[in-house]
Amino acid sequence: MTIGGIDIIGLTAMLMGASTPVLLAATGELVAEKSGVLNLGVEGMMIMGAVAGFAAAVATGNPVLGFVAGALAGALMALLFAFLTQIFLSNQVATGLALTLFGLGLSALIGKGYEGVRPPPTAKLDFGPLADIPVIGPILFSHDWIVYLSLLLVAVVWFVLRYTRAGLILRAVGESHDAAHALGYRVVAVRFAALGFGGALAGLGGAYLSLVRVPQWTEGMTAGAGWIALAIVVFASWRPWRVLLGAYMFGGITALQLQLQAAGYAIPVHILSMAPYVITIIVLVILSALHRHGVQAAPASLGKSFHASS
Amino acid sequence: MSELLEIEGLTKAYPGVVANDGVALRVRPGEVHALLGENGAGKSTLVKMIYGLVKPDSGTMQFQGAPYAPVDPRAARSAGVAMVFQHFSLFEALSVAENVALGMETPPPMRQLAAKIREISTEYGLPLDPARLVGDLSAGERQRVEIVRCLLQDPKLLIMDEPTSVLTPQEVDILFKTLRKLSAEGTAILYISHKLEEIRALCEAATILRGGKVVDHCNPREKSARELAELMVGAELKVTDRSTRKPGDVVLKVTNLSLPPMSQFGPALKEIGFELRAGEVLGIGGVAGNGQEELLATLSGERPSKHGTVQLLGADISALGPNARRGMGLLAAPEERLGHAAVPAMSLTENAILTGTTRKKLTQNGFVDQGAARAFAQDVITAFDVRTPGPHVAARALSGGNLQKFVIGREVLQAPEVLVVNQPTWGVDAAAAAAIRQALLDLAAQGAAVIAISQDLDELMEIADRFAALNEGRLSAPRPTKGLSIEEIGLMLGGAHGMQEAQI
Repeated sequence: MTIGGIDIIGLTAMLMGASTPVLLAATGELVAEKSGVLNLGVEGMMIMGAVAGFAAAVATGNPVLGFVAGALAGALMALLFAFLTQIFLSNQVATGLALTLFGLGLSALIGKGYEGVRPPPTAKLDFGPLADIPVIGPILFSHDWIVYLSLLLVAVVWFVLRYTRAGLILRAVGESHDAAHALGYRVVAVRFAALGFGGALAGLGGAYLSLVRVPQWTEGMTAGAGWIALAIVVFASWRPWRVLLGAYMFGGITALQLQLQAAGYAIPVHILSMAPYVITIIVLVILSALHRHGVQAAPASLGKSFHASS
Repeated sequence: MSELLEIEGLTKAYPGVVANDGVALRVRPGEVHALLGENGAGKSTLVKMIYGLVKPDSGTMQFQGAPYAPVDPRAARSAGVAMVFQHFSLFEALSVAENVALGMETPPPMRQLAAKIREISTEYGLPLDPARLVGDLSAGERQRVEIVRCLLQDPKLLIMDEPTSVLTPQEVDILFKTLRKLSAEGTAILYISHKLEEIRALCEAATILRGGKVVDHCNPREKSARELAELMVGAELKVTDRSTRKPGDVVLKVTNLSLPPMSQFGPALKEIGFELRAGEVLGIGGVAGNGQEELLATLSGERPSKHGTVQLLGADISALGPNARRGMGLLAAPEERLGHAAVPAMSLTENAILTGTTRKKLTQNGFVDQGAARAFAQDVITAFDVRTPGPHVAARALSGGNLQKFVIGREVLQAPEVLVVNQPTWGVDAAAAAAIRQALLDLAAQGAAVIAISQDLDELMEIADRFAALNEGRLSAPRPTKGLSIEEIGLMLGGAHGMQEAQI
């Protein structure tokens, strides 16, 4: 199916892969922010995940170990952030920015020897005859396992936050850490866990970029994906399904503008490259403005330092 | 009867201060026991230790005859101790049922919990809708959430930290009925308050703390409120001198003043109107969150209002900012001391400059006149007996009462035509509160007009010539305080916010 030189089915199939790094990072950041911590270091955690995952996959020849290493690297970065902001009570905004700069620099250093190397490929899952169904087959059943994992994680995060006691405690800590502390919940421990989870997902997203999307290592290869993930969380009003929508819209427009460039449309390439960022933000701003009256979207303790002074 | 809770020699020291020094306390099952004391006497530290939030340095506790040393609030709750906090430990963006679930160890599934909340809350005359967001509830309803959360755990001992400070008189009645019913069922209640009449009406035993030490155990019904107050303060109380004043001409006129809400869960101001005469004190009562902050903001100039709504000495000042209004003689002291009335990290001198520069000429050609500013700050410190090493000290280093004296004094010494104060003695000990009230009365006696917004009805009855109630953003017509009964005031405050009477 081709419209105006654009293959719609191919585009839709491509969209899911293109969106996965941002989706993973945004889902992780959503959990961290729901616990009341603003971690601006998503970009830094992603790129550390990208380089660590790449190095591990090349060294072991096993891409799965690469993804594990990417998630671990992201989580370690997040725990560093947690240590500084939750134990030493440093400013979250400044620490997050520093984490991004630190990650970009350290990853460039680690990645020096890996430029031009090809990583072991990650196979697409084989769904047998399902993949041969017209239209649906190529769109839904032609991806690798990380894509399905990312969708599953969105559903799990949504379910846990909404229906489980652990999710309720996490939201309570993000809503009012003083009240949660007074009731006997361990605010700092909950935030460490949420940050670690968020960092692991950001690292996984980064590893997906370097192992599947590109696939090779280049310095600064996340190219702002972490920042987009942060914006998506805010404009999605901290709701998992809207995060999915925002991430897929970003991925979709990225895929579309690449195809438009390839099809030779006379649109300046700068405008096309800019389009995913601009359109995603515009749509999510409109959505967040429409949300139900009277419901405060942001967790009330977001970005505030907690110290049990009593 | 055997003791439910027995505390012996409990001590807790913080750097620089011994909050509790060898405190002893005995509570029998089913007893309503009052814990009395000034701010900083150590009441909060004591109950935090009983509730497992703070670990004592030394001393022993026994609960139901067994040694008791809770490591955290969960341990305390499972032993049968529950607590209703002074500043509610609630989550505004969560529903009533979710809030209740967070306070329980093993909550049942949400649907069962909701049914249980309905059942218990009606049984105790505190009806609640489990699905509503706490942010949409009134202060009285929020407190019910806390109480119901405690009741669901079947506590043996219920600790209540200043529960009535945010309630209307009718809501207080309902609360007392609930507490008496609980006590009759065998639940002991440890009741912290500084409202002495309430304690005399409710409690059968009292422990009085001063400076971290127990100064007396007594039966509050056998003592007068004055005797209790003097035990708390450790000195004789001064009675405010309220010499007769004659109201002069109208200085401030507010007509048809409306304002949209300033914050998400805040109220709107609706068609407020009143006249204020020179030399009178107008008391505005009401439970916090009914528009007090908003009213102060429109009068001080933080929030401009519609043309013609606020008139000072005949001139329309609705559109003017705070400094222009200060220049014309309208000053204000907001409720929140740290962060609104004063900048916490700045020195008292700098804080004095912030509001004093218009009327006291503390700046010249854009430069700060340090000498004059320091002298002005020093004047305030001397005149209002602010206990501090000097004007160079940061505002946040002062205790609440001392900073409040400074904040009020700073405005009073600028000789205002009209002074608006919100919660002038909130969280201030009795001696300082009396000094602040006297200063407001003296100011009025000199011919200034004063608006005192407060939740403390006794305070308003003491200083105000006329009383008006602010309820859900509406102001009732002011009435002379002479001959006004507490029941009438309760009705002016909107009764019990549509609460049902307790069915007991």
